[in-house]
Amino acid sequence: MTLATAGPSAWSQPFFHHALLAGTFIALAAGLVGYFLVLRAQVFTGDALSHVAFTGAMAALAGGYDLRLGLFAGCVGAGLLLAGVGRRGRADDVVTGSAFAWILGLGSFFLTLYTSSRSGVTGGGAGTTVLFGSIFGLNGGQTLVAVLIGAGICVAVLLIARPLLFATLDEAVAAARGVPVRVLGLGFLALVGACAGEATQAVGSLLLLGLLAAPAGAAVRLADRPFLGLGLSAGLAVLEMWTGLAISALVPTLPPSFAIMAAATAVYVATFLFARLRAVGPAVVTME
Amino acid sequence: MTGGREMTGARETARPVLCLCGAAVRVGGRTLWSGVDLEVGAGEFVAVLGPNGVGKSTLVKVVLGMQPVAAGEVSVLGGRPGESGSRVGYLPQRRSFDPSLRIRGTDIVRLGLDGDRWGIPRPWGARRARERERVEEVIELVGATACAHRPIGRCSGGEQQRLLIAQALVRRPEILLLDEPLDSLDLPNQSAVAALVGRICHQQGVAVVMVAHDVNPILHHLDRVVYLAEGRAVCGPPSEVVTSATLSRLYRTPVEVLRTGDGRPVVVGHPETPAVQGGPHAIAG
Ligand SMILES: Nc1ncnc2c1ncn2[C@@H]1O[C@H](COP(=O)(O)OP(=O)(O)OP(=O)(O)O)[C@@H](O)[C@H]1O
Ligand SMILES: [Mg+2]
Repeated sequence: MTLATAGPSAWSQPFFHHALLAGTFIALAAGLVGYFLVLRAQVFTGDALSHVAFTGAMAALAGGYDLRLGLFAGCVGAGLLLAGVGRRGRADDVVTGSAFAWILGLGSFFLTLYTSSRSGVTGGGAGTTVLFGSIFGLNGGQTLVAVLIGAGICVAVLLIARPLLFATLDEAVAAARGVPVRVLGLGFLALVGACAGEATQAVGSLLLLGLLAAPAGAAVRLADRPFLGLGLSAGLAVLEMWTGLAISALVPTLPPSFAIMAAATAVYVATFLFARLRAVGPAVVTME
Repeated sequence: MTGGREMTGARETARPVLCLCGAAVRVGGRTLWSGVDLEVGAGEFVAVLGPNGVGKSTLVKVVLGMQPVAAGEVSVLGGRPGESGSRVGYLPQRRSFDPSLRIRGTDIVRLGLDGDRWGIPRPWGARRARERERVEEVIELVGATACAHRPIGRCSGGEQQRLLIAQALVRRPEILLLDEPLDSLDLPNQSAVAALVGRICHQQGVAVVMVAHDVNPILHHLDRVVYLAEGRAVCGPPSEVVTSATLSRLYRTPVEVLRTGDGRPVVVGHPETPAVQGGPHAIAG
């Protein structure tokens, strides 16, 4: 696998097709998961998982395993752990903050371990890959895995969507109605973990939060019907992914992670303008 | 009326839909209340009253099957609590939505109808049309049509409360458990919601168990009152329980029951006497 450089001719290159295919499913999964993450006010969990994503990947490399194994194991494990702590009995900010700073430190330790045991150049490259993503570097096999996992996450989210929405908006009534509220919360955070691992491949652990939160945040602001919002979130994520990839292919100096996040942020900012415009119109409720 | 079970007039003979027999509850190692006997028939309106922390909400959770009893028997619609699913409607205590939540009231009501089903709703088909009709019907019943299409976070407390009652009613439950539904409503809304619940109860034969702090707005709709205090329950028709002597003993503070011009009783606490605060009159054990 050669490190691909994007350019005007990138459209016809297999690495771009791989990126487009994997990126679409990564964005779909991130959009669906992100919508519930925003509704459940658990965006901070996504941030926490980005730290774990880095450390998990580095630990796997240091142990001689596939980077993605550590990525997914770390993210899903941490997601389940956070679910175990529970929504209510959440540790306070200082504890959570220090814990995740420590986890990030652990990641740099694994990175050093890995680089000192191998040639320094590839080790540093692996670190950058995880931090900033490398969607233009996916080969056929990696693309297939990313597509399958992305599709699996989407199917799982759609399957639990309605009871999860009920449990999110109205936990006590949902529980009384027999919705397995706790199991759903646990399962959802496991999905968030899987999605974090998946999205790290595209935008890296540093920008992961943007892909999870920006399209969903825009959808929550725009749609007042829950399932419309869910679809809109996924749709926006895919559009932003495509826009980012296209920009990055046209302007080789812009890395895809940056271009994707730029598109996502632009859309999110646009929703504020949209809300303001709507506020000027006749049928309006006061702005906050 | 649109309800399926017209039971007007048959209230006295109805078999009990809810039955507690010598029930006791322990939470966190102490007994909240014990020896509670209660029978509620179809179409009966029962109020659960008592000081803060005495276990009123816990009583509701027992009926829902979310809190096991330490002793005694509980039967709900002839079965064990928690097994009746949608035949029991529930409105939890003090629920308000984040002002920034943009989900519409209709969608919240709709979740009460199909929120426990897996997958996502199909936007077409006869079932979908039937369900939409039912949601509209129940929203009209509670008089919330005007605010149902606004984001629920932007509805007032009273409008939210009506929508939540609609949510509890949407599956045509046989028992309705309302935990302080009049909380945070102004006086006209309190009597309007009380009248609404009374109407649903008596016209559609739904058994209503309502937890309340202020008995006045519901007093003339009530069939029975349960007072929880000091670890036990006093149960009876309002004319027997809502008296100055009984209430003063239960609340441990002077309470007077007066009559208005048209003969309706009104419960008044003494302003000078500080209330016995937060006393969970629990029996240690
Ligand atoms: N899960 C629990 N663990 C321990 N204690 C609990 C639990 N749930 C309730 N309690 C205690 O049980 C007591 C009764 O609670 P409950 O909510 O039933 O009171 P309440 O009568 O509804 O009061 P209020 O009028 O304030 O709503 C309280 O003292 C509360 O602290
Ligand atoms: Mg209570």
